[in-house]
Amino acid sequence: MSLLDVTGLTIRYGNTTVVDGIDLFVDRGESVGLVGESGSGKSQSALAILGLLPRQARVGGRIEFDGRSLLDAGEEALDTIRARRIGMVFQDPMQALNPYLRIGRQLRQVLLAHGLAGAGDADARVLAMLERVGLPDPERQFRAWPHELSGGMRQRVMIASALIAQPDLLIADEPTTALDVTVQAQILDMLEAIRDDTALLLITHDLGIVAGHCEHMIVLDEGRLVDQGPTTSLFSSPGSPHTRRLISAAPRVDRGDPPPPVTSATRLSVGDAVVEYGRLRAVAGASFAVREGETVAVVGESGSGKSSLVRAVLGLVPLASGRVVYAGETLEGPVQRRPQARRRDLQLVFQDPMSALNPQMRVQAIVAEPLLVNEPTMAAAARRERVAGILERVGLDESLLRRFPHELSGGQAQRVAIARALILDPKVLICDEAVAALDGSIRKQVLDLLREVQRDTGLSIVFISHDLAVVRSLSHRVLVMYMGRVVEVADCATLFDQARHPYTRALIDSVPVPDPVVAPKPAPLRGEVSSLLHPPPGCVFHPRCPKAEAICSNRAPTLRDVGGTRVACHLVN
Amino acid sequence: MTRTIKVSATFLLTIALVAVAGPWLSPHDYVATNFDRLLAAPGLGDMHLFGTDDLGRDLFVRTMLGVRVTLIVAIVASLVSLVIGVAYGAVAGFVGGRVDAVMMRFVDTLYALPFIFFVILLMVAFERNFLLIFVAIGAINWLDMARIVRGQTLSLREREFVEAAKLAGVGTPRIILRHIAPNLIGIVVVYVTLTIPQAILVESFLSFLGLGVQEPQTSLGALVNSGLGQMEGASWMLLIPAALLAAILMAFNFLGDGLRDLFDARQGP
Repeated sequence: MSLLDVTGLTIRYGNTTVVDGIDLFVDRGESVGLVGESGSGKSQSALAILGLLPRQARVGGRIEFDGRSLLDAGEEALDTIRARRIGMVFQDPMQALNPYLRIGRQLRQVLLAHGLAGAGDADARVLAMLERVGLPDPERQFRAWPHELSGGMRQRVMIASALIAQPDLLIADEPTTALDVTVQAQILDMLEAIRDDTALLLITHDLGIVAGHCEHMIVLDEGRLVDQGPTTSLFSSPGSPHTRRLISAAPRVDRGDPPPPVTSATRLSVGDAVVEYGRLRAVAGASFAVREGETVAVVGESGSGKSSLVRAVLGLVPLASGRVVYAGETLEGPVQRRPQARRRDLQLVFQDPMSALNPQMRVQAIVAEPLLVNEPTMAAAARRERVAGILERVGLDESLLRRFPHELSGGQAQRVAIARALILDPKVLICDEAVAALDGSIRKQVLDLLREVQRDTGLSIVFISHDLAVVRSLSHRVLVMYMGRVVEVADCATLFDQARHPYTRALIDSVPVPDPVVAPKPAPLRGEVSSLLHPPPGCVFHPRCPKAEAICSNRAPTLRDVGGTRVACHLVN
Repeated sequence: MTRTIKVSATFLLTIALVAVAGPWLSPHDYVATNFDRLLAAPGLGDMHLFGTDDLGRDLFVRTMLGVRVTLIVAIVASLVSLVIGVAYGAVAGFVGGRVDAVMMRFVDTLYALPFIFFVILLMVAFERNFLLIFVAIGAINWLDMARIVRGQTLSLREREFVEAAKLAGVGTPRIILRHIAPNLIGIVVVYVTLTIPQAILVESFLSFLGLGVQEPQTSLGALVNSGLGQMEGASWMLLIPAALLAAILMAFNFLGDGLRDLFDARQGP
């Protein structure tokens, strides 16, 4: 008999069915991945198991935990089960931690409230747990406030609080989605190491995580179960076309042929760019160039300065020093002071399309506006035609023209944003995490669109991303940044096959590979990015570097040529 | 359009209509006294729908007059605060930096003054001037409006769609007109509908203290005040204007809530 046995689970809100008759089983000690795109009903199912759905949800079917029906259990009985037998971890730990309680107090409460420990030994057990989840200096974190911890450390605390009662089942809903890849790898390793015989139901959109960490997988699509079985067999022979599509759309960091290098003329170059926000130096001297028809990816963890760098290039934030040269002309000052003819050549696509589209304007007005200001003499009919043409190009139906942004899906909204950026026929398109918020299948369409436009118009693309698998499939050249410095620049193929900088290597090794045959590598980096306000002396990466030597903490390395790659590391020959 | 908006707007329009047309249709005049029928109870006799007061004046006509004055005071005072507050707040928010700091410290200073005392002093010093009431109430309300508009402008200025517009070559006037202003309208409209009841309350309060409109003119606050004296013998003198005042206040509050929900929906989830 399974530990968790769900049959025919149905969840309805009014007339909308969000989960339609799914069955799922989790055995003792087993790890099961629940996979699906947004709106597939995976989080709703998890909330239903925990009895945490909002009141207006109507739940049907059977949910049995260890032989006991959870749907019929009273609120009090559910409380006990949730506290002692089922632990949970959510995507955003800040939402789940009480900001007014010190970490130690919160965990203590879990133990005391359910009589799992006496007042005397509770503190000792909390400390032991904090140590097990890999928090550095547990004694100090015990007294820390939630806001004093980084995102990764908070998620460790959440996991500690979920596992402290030694539950039989742990439900984790996108536990690492908000974290950097290197931290994600650490958390997944830790979770694997300490869960002992606790069963795991892991909800994720990332097939790489499932492939590396789950024995069983369940695939949902629009509230229906489309596939389930052992992970290895589902990956090698998916039962449904949907699963096959999901797997083939998942980009891989370990294989694939990047586009060959481009040798055309340089279109945009940036020299020794420095960006400062008060005392904080977000970009500390970065240089790069983009050729015509070339895609240059800028990668790095959060705080690496990649967004600040391109925003300074565009004139959205001031450049403290350094220069930007476009088509032989120096671009200076804030964007409003730059000549109109130059401004229109450089366009930006933001990460979150919802905040990048004016909520009070219709799609038609949003896409037409750049034309209206740049080509005021154009006839209204001609303008409408251009808008219709560009919408068709990005794969959107004309019926969307009258919609407001809040009436669009995430994928549609991002395509509207791309249409707005492309309507002026720019020469350089900067994409700041432009596909990060999109589901796998839609992301693939958007990337295909970018490649197609580049092939047809010779567009240069600067592609900022934390997702190296996407970068591998798209870019000609890659720039790796760490704490505001460029640490490595290389052709895409060279970089992925023979990364020279230890940080680049670590970034690549941290990305989960969506293939159960490839054993997941242990997390290559310890710790998290240092504070930008107090950068470490010498090489800023040395506190985390697995290979650091004495020289690294004394002298800052500069970029130099090493066999076709430019790399900033003392230890590379 | 939600139902709250429809219901409260219909109610307010009806009241306004009756307040304009009612006195005109009634056979009575707001100053005419009828000493044969002092403190008559509401009813159809002699067409004194709301009864008469202690001087024998028709209360229906006087109440409608009071509603007129109350609505006019509220709307004009809100417009005063709207114009000053939006212009002031938007300038502070746009320009930012030192200008913003100086402008907002000035607002903070005004906040610290006990305005209601100033209003009372003004009223005493300059006779009771109808115009002064508008100015006084508007002068209190624009501070809040300025703060709200400034805060909203500051955050809108940093929004990504404004950056996208800048990159596309859209000039500052058009950014303000097409991107900032439409996103301000929601909060401003909502805030205005919520300051109207505030203005009504201040006016009623002043009239209740005898500092508002002058006899024989009247307002709901003044009517409530005179009704208070006759509470035991002629409760309608108190209850009818008080109930109307409460209903108008609630309608404006509901209208504000309804509008806020409407604009929030546009802002997306």
